[in-house]
Amino acid sequence: MTRIREKFAELDSKKEKALIAYIMAGFPNEKSTLSSIRGLVKGGVDIIELGFPFSDPLADGPVIQNASTISLEKGTKIAKFFALVKKIRNETDNPLILMTYTNILYHKGYAKFITEAKKAGIDGFILPDMSIEESKEYLQAAKNKADTIFLISPNTSKTRIQKISKVSSGFLYLVAVFGTTGVKTGIKKYTLDAIKQVKKQTDGKIPVGIGFGVSTPEDVKKYIKAGADAVIVGSAYLKLIEKTPQNKIESKIASFTKSLKKETIL
Amino acid sequence: MKYPKNGRFGEFGGKYIPETLVPAIEELEENYLKFKNDKKFKKELDYYLKVYAGRPTPLYYAKNLSEKIGGSKIYLKREDLLHGGAHKINNTLGQALLAKKMNKKRIIAETGAGQHGVATAMACAALGMKAEVYMGYRDTIRQKQNVFRMNMLGCEVHPVKSGSKTLKDAINEAIRDWITNVENTYYLLGSAVGPHPYPVMVRDFQSVIGNEIKSQMKKITNKTPDTVIACVGGGSNAIGTFYPLVDTNSEIIGVEAAGHGLKSKMHSATLSAGSKGVLHGMMTYLLQDKEGQVTETHSISAGLDYPGVGPEHSYYKDTKRVKYHSATDAEVIDAFLMLTRTEGIIPALESSHAIAEAMKVAKKGKKSESIVVTLSGRGDKDIEEVQNYLKRHDKN
Repeated sequence: MTRIREKFAELDSKKEKALIAYIMAGFPNEKSTLSSIRGLVKGGVDIIELGFPFSDPLADGPVIQNASTISLEKGTKIAKFFALVKKIRNETDNPLILMTYTNILYHKGYAKFITEAKKAGIDGFILPDMSIEESKEYLQAAKNKADTIFLISPNTSKTRIQKISKVSSGFLYLVAVFGTTGVKTGIKKYTLDAIKQVKKQTDGKIPVGIGFGVSTPEDVKKYIKAGADAVIVGSAYLKLIEKTPQNKIESKIASFTKSLKKETIL
Repeated sequence: MKYPKNGRFGEFGGKYIPETLVPAIEELEENYLKFKNDKKFKKELDYYLKVYAGRPTPLYYAKNLSEKIGGSKIYLKREDLLHGGAHKINNTLGQALLAKKMNKKRIIAETGAGQHGVATAMACAALGMKAEVYMGYRDTIRQKQNVFRMNMLGCEVHPVKSGSKTLKDAINEAIRDWITNVENTYYLLGSAVGPHPYPVMVRDFQSVIGNEIKSQMKKITNKTPDTVIACVGGGSNAIGTFYPLVDTNSEIIGVEAAGHGLKSKMHSATLSAGSKGVLHGMMTYLLQDKEGQVTETHSISAGLDYPGVGPEHSYYKDTKRVKYHSATDAEVIDAFLMLTRTEGIIPALESSHAIAEAMKVAKKGKKSESIVVTLSGRGDKDIEEVQNYLKRHDKN
């Protein structure tokens, strides 16, 4: 069992759902990233998603776009990122997921990138522009090394949900809304329906996480109630990091995390 | 390659897209395949191309220019004479008509120099639809005129201030809009780029250029041209020119923007200096750094200022069917002035890249040989840019 699935099994036995937190590596600098991680762990996060910046993040809204730009300007590079992952790995056993765009892996070579990422401590990948049709080489490279977490949208057909869940491992990432990351639209009925539909189609074989626009304890509560196995909070964390002075990041992140985590305990 | 299997031209192309867009892309392909051979659709499109856009465009023998150079005969395919002043209308009429058949109420588009934005605004006005256009902030300044034109045509222009503030970022923002409004919106992409089926669909709508060249040259010389030349940014006028001729013996040359020179990093010559990668839904050649981050580009012409290129061009580069050369800003200005002065035709700076190459090829050629250059657009929009360039360089 992978570290991600072990985490879900452990939570299951404790009657808890998973809180997944996304932060952008190197935003606004490496020190803040490490403080954020410590805050997340202290606050009881279950899984950590680390963003690696890409020049053209076309699935992301303004908050993550801005964080990508700043991280790149601060000189975030792949080797430095893997070194950071190693440091994080020394501090926590929580599963670590890398979220970036296809070209970053393709350019280095899928196999080479995934092998190095695994060595540093990465357990899975999320690539929002990787469709299952183009995923053959990526899947081969990740086999027995890392989980491949694909995305599902509220407009994904039943047959396609089945296809996507076949090549996904770790969990399925259900996009809550039509839109980019971090856009607040309120909780829509079509999202709640989508959670039910994906749960039905996958029949408990793989956990279902929900993300995009999930930002408050109330959001978490409602999505968990609707049947999600995990909630993913991203832009809200970046906004908090942006407005918090360096020496307060750890404590602020910890208390925000606690407030979210509370709602995942059944 | 007639219709690319799985959307791939060799290893290039594909659909690297967020899952939310999958149903929209599938719907688009389904409808495109249904309508492309539909008699009524073709008749309607032909009608608009003829009486609205002004097709067929003339093939003009540039006698003064040819004689001045003293080599092969240079012919100009006059896409600059089309309504709107560029080849872009061939594609926007086709796609806007398709969007209408698909009952899409809202049209979005990206634009670089503004020509595709204007052509989208025109086609949508003619067909009674509403368009919104994303344009890089930097481009809204250097192509102010086109922003006013779009506004007057009833089209909203959204300046894009992320990234390099040019075409690449306008495409990112249009894709984000499409993801957000996928249920009622049609994305009218202007170049032969993006996820399948856009590259093949745009090529098909633009192939009217190459098909006309073929029949016009047959009438004049009774054969296909010895050489055809077109400029390449995303590559839509070039693929429309080249595709009908790839199975002939014609030599084919695409010309990229070398900007300040290929070694300067201030250029947009993707095929000449790039490497393989994934951007905007396709696998293709890209200008990127060692880490796979897409780099900023430069060209004196906003329409070629793009770090990617249509996947079919990448395929023709690797199979060596098409040669991809480049022209520097300085060569482009020379060609712009030369054509303006010898023929009284003011070419777009984009098209001037192709003229620059034609002048080089013609010099080495024989009088019995023919070169066809696609003059993709007119240069009225570029007068200020050229004036500034000349001022800057007189001072130096």
